Amino acid sequence: MGFGLWPQPEAYSRKPTGFIMAELRTETMTVNMGPQHPSTHGVLRLVLELDGEVVRSIRPTIGYLHTGIEKTAEQKKWQQVVPLVERMDYLGAQSNSLAYALSVEKLLGLEMPQRVKDIRVVIAELQRIASHLVWLGTHALEIGAVSLLFYAFRERELLMNINELIAGFRFFPSYIRIGGLREDLPRGFHEAVNAFLDRFPGKVDEFEGLLSRNDIFLRRTQGVGVIAADGALAWGLVGPIARACGVDYDVRRYFPYCGYETYNFEVPTEQEGDVYARYCVRIREMRESVKICRQAITRITPAGAWACDDPRVVPPPKDKVYTEMEALIQHFLIYSQGFTVPAGDAYVPVEGPRGEHGVYVVSDGTNRPWRIKMRAPSLLAIQALPTLVEGGLIADVVAVMGSTDVVMGDCDR
Amino acid sequence: MDSHAIITALTPLVPGAAYEAGASIDFATIYVPADRLVDTCLALRDAPSLRFNVLVEVTAADYFPRDPRFEIVYHLVSIPNRLRLRLKVRAGEKGAVPTVQGVWPSAGWLEREVWDMFGVVFDGHPDLRRLLMPEDWEGHPQRKDYPVQIRKPAQTYEPLEISEEEFKANIERDRARRTAR
Repeated sequence: MGFGLWPQPEAYSRKPTGFIMAELRTETMTVNMGPQHPSTHGVLRLVLELDGEVVRSIRPTIGYLHTGIEKTAEQKKWQQVVPLVERMDYLGAQSNSLAYALSVEKLLGLEMPQRVKDIRVVIAELQRIASHLVWLGTHALEIGAVSLLFYAFRERELLMNINELIAGFRFFPSYIRIGGLREDLPRGFHEAVNAFLDRFPGKVDEFEGLLSRNDIFLRRTQGVGVIAADGALAWGLVGPIARACGVDYDVRRYFPYCGYETYNFEVPTEQEGDVYARYCVRIREMRESVKICRQAITRITPAGAWACDDPRVVPPPKDKVYTEMEALIQHFLIYSQGFTVPAGDAYVPVEGPRGEHGVYVVSDGTNRPWRIKMRAPSLLAIQALPTLVEGGLIADVVAVMGSTDVVMGDCDR
Repeated sequence: MDSHAIITALTPLVPGAAYEAGASIDFATIYVPADRLVDTCLALRDAPSLRFNVLVEVTAADYFPRDPRFEIVYHLVSIPNRLRLRLKVRAGEKGAVPTVQGVWPSAGWLEREVWDMFGVVFDGHPDLRRLLMPEDWEGHPQRKDYPVQIRKPAQTYEPLEISEEEFKANIERDRARRTAR
């Protein structure tokens, strides 16, 4: 590959010292890693070709978690696809459903009320924090800092509780629907979110206190898995990985949606492009998410519009269904036949926890999608894994893989 | 930049290519003839007014009874110019589309996935194997004429190399060893 991005073995900072290796050079060894290896974040199989401890080549094999969600979605009505897309990238569930809802709303030509946009921003940012917490805990665990997993999951538990509050479902709330939200915010939502936002920055300080200047962590992460900016872009790694090598591309800033242009936040970037830089970017992203959430939560009134005013798409309120004939008919139509979407295609990108998410939707004008396709940041990250790892040490494979934050559900779909 | 502006910028760079502006509601969409795809992509990547430096997505849609039935869809982003663009290439049942892996390496697995799911061949692709489905799968599941909800055992295992008698003898031998110890 002519990109000149990663260190050649001789330039590698921690290559094995040569005096025994030169005499004892033997043939390379092929080692299978996965699909059930715990640090593969799901079911990813890597076939490593090792020369001593140096990785000469790495061949990822994926597809173990392929469940045909995109094909299944073609058999469902538009609104029935929301729970399906949430199960693709299962750590960033609500950014998937946000991307899907935005694309379909684009086709329908719907404009959301400001309150719905603000609530979606809060939910998307909390989802980003939840996803980054899983990444932080598992990444640190793989490198050897075991206790961080429990600290990170303790904070994530509070976010799961917020999900349970809004939808009764902790992992895949399906709260973001086409045309708005499932229902209005529950009582206590503001208090729960504010309590989390008050508590969380101190916890990020704790995480950083455990890791950011930890000598073992620094030695495991600095100068490892380096990729340069042009390489990251050529491999399509837009997201935290590109931001860790100096590309300030963030969909929220470049192609704003849900009113992100009205929020005051920074796009964190680092220059080094190694595992440590990716760690720094994600830690700072969590702080920025807290900042955005604080601004959004003050804009949201406790009660108000929670869906757009379009009777084709949004079911009527339940009390009207029981008392008015028209509402009953409308309710029945939406739940039995669904709604039709004008023919055409749309792709609205959102900034998910792993980079640019987006659902390419094609409609043929009926009540079922003709084609949906989720953009999978994890697929591209695994595709670029050989470029990140080859020439490094085998012990760094798990460090690099953790830093790319791949989710196999997103990769295989 | 809308579709027509991009076509105007592209036409002098790729002489003789017949572009067509596609209908779209979100961002510029142009249809590219398959034989000029690589030239077009190089121009899109390198021309200073365009500079589409990221290929974010390659996918396809099967419009089955229509002919040509497939549309290969490329989503591009120009970070320096803050632009998005959608390229579409029409491909028939037997038709082939040139690979753009030489322009953006990220196309490699994305094109493999399109081949796996739709059976569209990418000319010049160095590693066109199945990506998500098992290696010995027959058919291309995302095609519209592919049946849904079929049950099919995945043939991903190797047959045992020893006979049943040998297997039983091994177990007996191990058991005898354990009791002797």
